[in-house]
Amino acid sequence: MSDIVIHTENLSKLYRIGEYQGGYRTLRETIVNAFSAPFRYLRRHPQSSNLNPGLDLIWALKDISFEVKRGEVVGIIGPNGAGKSTLLRILSRITEPTEGWAEIQGRVGSLLEVGTGFHHELTGRENIYLNGAILGMKKGEIDRKFDEIVAFAEIEKFIDTPVKRYSSGMRVRLAFAVAAHLEPEILLVDEVLAVGDAAFQKKCLGKMGEVAGEGRTVLFVSHNMAAIENLCDKAVLLESGHITQQGSTPTIVRDYLESILRNVVSVPLSERKDRSGSGKVRFTSFHVEDNHGRSVTALQSGKDAAFVFGYSCARGEFPRSVSVGFGPFTNDGRLLFVLYSSYTAQDFQSIPPSGHFRCCIPRLPLAPGRYRIRARITVGGEEADWPKDGIGYVEIAAGDFYGTGSLGFGNNCPFLVDGSWSVTSQ
Amino acid sequence: MGQISTTKDLSVVFIKPSRGWVLPQIRDVWVYRGLLYFLVWRDLKVRYKQTVLGILWAIIQPFFLMVIFSVFFGRLARIPSEGIPYPIFAYAALLPWTYFAQSLNACNNSLVGNSHLITKVYFPRLIIPISSVLSGLVNFGISFSILLAMMLYYQITPTLAALLLPFLTIMAMATALGAGLWLSALNVQYRDIRYAISFLIQFWFFATPVVYPSNLVPNKWRLIYALNPMVGIVEGFRRALLGKGQIICPMFILSIIIIVLLLVTGILYFRRMEKGFADVV
Repeated sequence: MSDIVIHTENLSKLYRIGEYQGGYRTLRETIVNAFSAPFRYLRRHPQSSNLNPGLDLIWALKDISFEVKRGEVVGIIGPNGAGKSTLLRILSRITEPTEGWAEIQGRVGSLLEVGTGFHHELTGRENIYLNGAILGMKKGEIDRKFDEIVAFAEIEKFIDTPVKRYSSGMRVRLAFAVAAHLEPEILLVDEVLAVGDAAFQKKCLGKMGEVAGEGRTVLFVSHNMAAIENLCDKAVLLESGHITQQGSTPTIVRDYLESILRNVVSVPLSERKDRSGSGKVRFTSFHVEDNHGRSVTALQSGKDAAFVFGYSCARGEFPRSVSVGFGPFTNDGRLLFVLYSSYTAQDFQSIPPSGHFRCCIPRLPLAPGRYRIRARITVGGEEADWPKDGIGYVEIAAGDFYGTGSLGFGNNCPFLVDGSWSVTSQ
Repeated sequence: MGQISTTKDLSVVFIKPSRGWVLPQIRDVWVYRGLLYFLVWRDLKVRYKQTVLGILWAIIQPFFLMVIFSVFFGRLARIPSEGIPYPIFAYAALLPWTYFAQSLNACNNSLVGNSHLITKVYFPRLIIPISSVLSGLVNFGISFSILLAMMLYYQITPTLAALLLPFLTIMAMATALGAGLWLSALNVQYRDIRYAISFLIQFWFFATPVVYPSNLVPNKWRLIYALNPMVGIVEGFRRALLGKGQIICPMFILSIIIIVLLLVTGILYFRRMEKGFADVV
């Protein structure tokens, strides 16, 4: 056996969109198609999508070639829709590639979702066996690890209660506990750490680190750059179905974050494509203003600041009950806070066709550094615009937040809080 | 996906696009028999949860159908029953028929119903329809006990032909699986099947000698009639249990041939469509 356990060569996956977008077709459509197709062909209708397959097809993955050695922990990163999950689905044999091939040596375990196959009518005990079997464990293996799984999930008391009576947190803990006790030689993991509370997430990361430490091969998809940098020695950057870079994790992560920055800075907000929502209202610009109302490139910690979001409504739309929210991200992808206008009961009942939303934050509580800002608009509770990569960056310079001249703890602690201290006798 | 294999030589997986018709992975199904067991176990565990009558439902349905048939077809319409008391004449046929109809229906919905598994984990997809055919066997076994009670009541002693029952049951399984493989794979693509299935089963019911004896069918239609493999199976059940007539006859041989054809083409079609399941379901 060679030392390379995963080898892919020009792996590609073509998806049909458009006509097939609804997922499944009805028989009538197929019959109608079958009958009309020859006539269409005779008439040589150029607009017909069937004769222009290129219009309906999209390469979710194209020419993916890479190798993973035994014991390596490889992070796969990239923007939404880059093909990360498709790659894992192909390597897990859930779906077939359209072209190319891959060779995998060893028992593969894939964890594309937490709690696959859980049945809410069954008890915790029964679901451990069912889920374990689905993930590829043998009955004896589950028997042996049963107590460990229950202890890890912290659900001893509820083990014979139907899962439908569990809280969502308990369900996630149980599901992850089963998954964490898989012992394949190669583990494929998709963004599963995004669930559960912070303490449990930390426990899961610890378990993942253990798995990695035991010399097993792991392929790990995540948007959490901190987790990727923590766990992975190597990273692969996927962008629109292609591998654009691979190498040591810190370099790739840095380049990736910079490429997001380039996209955010160089493409005008109104022309960006990485967005979801109804489009009734859209962001058109973003800038920050200092305490004098001047547009600035950098804010200062501790000074009053305003975040200003330019918008315009779609033609003919007069949106009602509009809520705007935003949040800053640190360099390693941690979200520091989220502030929607609805939280402070300041939704906008009606808005002009275009203009600016302004959010004033007194005594800006962010430490010096660069923060990516993501923002979202909802109309009547329904998403109107959400640029996925964020709407821009703010630079924060050192400032006198505490009013004492102290700069505080430093750069790796991004949030500043004021307080008053006292001492009392017993 | 865990155990791709327990043996070394199978632990290398080669992933590439398949073209056209592919062979059934019988060996893979065997490797994943543990999962098959748990899927059947899950179906059984869940089936009668939160019902008051529980497992009794397995008996209630064929039993009351038998009562209704006896009143309407036996008493009122006076359909001949080859000299056997009509209730047991009907029940002996309802037994394999109910199993077949329930299995076919379960099979048909199995892939769509398990789409959350298909899109998230690898295993030979054949396991899913197979598990739905297997889990029906428990109901079959339970309703069989009623038949034994009825045979005692009517004082019918089974003949040696009853030894053929396991084989007949396997035939019913194979028919349900063969047709179910076709329908479930089609159902992934075309949800029309979901609506067509109840109609299909009703039609199939009247094309099968459940409420009437097959010799009621005019001679010139016999050959076409026998193309329905359930004819051979249901008649076979009746004859094996009640000891009237010959089981092994040309009609029965034809049934076996048709079942094998249905099963083989079903598996091939299923395997051909399988690669698209995760993308379409």
